Amino acid sequence: MASKKIKQTWDNRLFYILDTLFLYFMILVVILPLMHVISVSFSSPGAVSAGRVLIFPVDVNFNAYRTLIKTQSIITGMLNTIYYTFMGTILNIFVTIICAYPLSRKNLPGKKFLLWIFTFTMMFGGGLIPSYLNIRRLGLLNTRWAMIIPGAMSVWNMIITRTFFINTIPDELIEAAEIDGASDFQCFTRIVMPNSVTIVAIMALFYAVGHWNQYYSAMLYLNKPELYNLQLVLRNIIASAQALLEQTDNLAAAEKTAENIEVLKYAVIVFASLPIMLFYPFVQKYFVKGVMVGSLKG
Amino acid sequence: MAETTSRQKQSQSGQISPFKKQCSLAARRWQLYLMLLIPLIYVIIFNYIPMFGVQLAFKTYNARLGIWGSPWVGFKHFQNLFKSATFGRLMYNTISLSLYGLIAGFFPPIILAIAINETTSRKLGKITQLITYAPHFLSTVVVTSIVMQLLSGTGIVNTLIANLGGKTINFLGDPGKFKSIYVISGIWQGVGYDAIMYIAALTAISPELYEAATVDGANIWQRIWNVDIPSIMPTAVILLIMSTSKVLNVGFEKVYLLQNSLNQSSSEIISTYVYKMGLVNTEYGFSTAVGLFQSVVSMILLVIVNTISRKVTETSLW
Repeated sequence: MASKKIKQTWDNRLFYILDTLFLYFMILVVILPLMHVISVSFSSPGAVSAGRVLIFPVDVNFNAYRTLIKTQSIITGMLNTIYYTFMGTILNIFVTIICAYPLSRKNLPGKKFLLWIFTFTMMFGGGLIPSYLNIRRLGLLNTRWAMIIPGAMSVWNMIITRTFFINTIPDELIEAAEIDGASDFQCFTRIVMPNSVTIVAIMALFYAVGHWNQYYSAMLYLNKPELYNLQLVLRNIIASAQALLEQTDNLAAAEKTAENIEVLKYAVIVFASLPIMLFYPFVQKYFVKGVMVGSLKG
Repeated sequence: MAETTSRQKQSQSGQISPFKKQCSLAARRWQLYLMLLIPLIYVIIFNYIPMFGVQLAFKTYNARLGIWGSPWVGFKHFQNLFKSATFGRLMYNTISLSLYGLIAGFFPPIILAIAINETTSRKLGKITQLITYAPHFLSTVVVTSIVMQLLSGTGIVNTLIANLGGKTINFLGDPGKFKSIYVISGIWQGVGYDAIMYIAALTAISPELYEAATVDGANIWQRIWNVDIPSIMPTAVILLIMSTSKVLNVGFEKVYLLQNSLNQSSSEIISTYVYKMGLVNTEYGFSTAVGLFQSVVSMILLVIVNTISRKVTETSLW
């Protein structure tokens, strides 16, 4: 860039200063509240209630986390969330891919209509009560299936996957295989799947985050505490400290002071978002890629 | 390709039945249809069967008779809804909340995208993008929990206010503050994600355009105004169309999670009302009617907004 070498005028320099300041400002705005939450969870309850904890922990200790792993409901919630996320994501990927592949192929009679059957569900739905009654009639209420099967596929993600197939797998490749006598199944398993690692990774991330953060279905469909996922447990704890007190019978009375409970709440918040925040820096580029694939018209 | 050729043949010569041709093509493709079977069964059971359930909006639900057997009541539920005192408030809260979010949330991602695109330090730009995108992945429960904790009576915000000699504020108990809390926390969580599309549009600008602007003596402000802004306008318009049609579809989760009995007068929106009427009060028919009203209005809005956009800007969803 030759223009960079030209001596910058004052108004350009002013821009770059403001621009840098603005970017730093945005970083701080996002990161300070999060740092505060994390710091409180590692600080002593006394320092927290005295308002001495701002963005760095004071009197660092792990007591809240020690209490947390002794709390049965949190551990159950964690295990349930892992189960729902793992099973749900596998089912999601399977259903999404077997739906997206046929709809990405040209010369499939009736494709337009079939595609429309799926996309129409994005525009119109039965709404809360008909869906709820449907789940109830199918006997899924208060079962683990309620967290896995009703969301077996997101049509939006299916469209993204279909767009990916259309854009990245050349028709010539499939046609060549067909001339060699490959069936549609063989084309799918031998040609399409090996070339689709990227989209499977992107979809796995999208779906897994969705399952990990799922609250709505858990709230609607689950009534038994042993089936609750982590988000539901976290919500109950934040909404009423009383719920937490009841679940921590095994704690000594000294550990149940209001101050301790307050810090514990912050620890649960950190705990519930930890896996996502740990993986995030490494998988971030896949998320951006996924958003970009989705923005291209198929 | 094959579809168009078969169609051409069909118009040229009427002898070969095009229907038969399609059928034989379809028969050869049976494996593809077989793959679609599971997804089709899935959407039929979990999307289309509930759609038939919307008939409940015109019925009084009777558990013994089921959805199909329950007696019809015509438009009674809709009349009750439109006559009820809560209807005006629901509509006002829903529409004002989404318009507030739409207007306040429109510029921050654009400004952020331009700032990231124009910075001379690529590293700073990358780091800003990485960090501002992160809150998008926090769950609604986590974000609302953070908001509630930070704004609570003993939270950091009130502690700071008290230390500075101010009076503590009951943020979430004040109906007048609910909408701002909702919208600002929404921007905090979504600005980095929303900026991605704009950043993509900006990086697609050809460097020649920039050089031409510089040669013409444009400073960076003029360059942004004359090159950057016009090139992200189509993206902005599409995103705006999509959000305008969703003006009644304010998501249930976040509002519900931030709601309490004190701020209810400004936080009760259509979707939370549907939940309360339906699953708490078990008025299935009435609740379904409210939900149906919402989706019908949304669909009409989507069609109107899309038509206007196609006429005015030549960008549309379909």
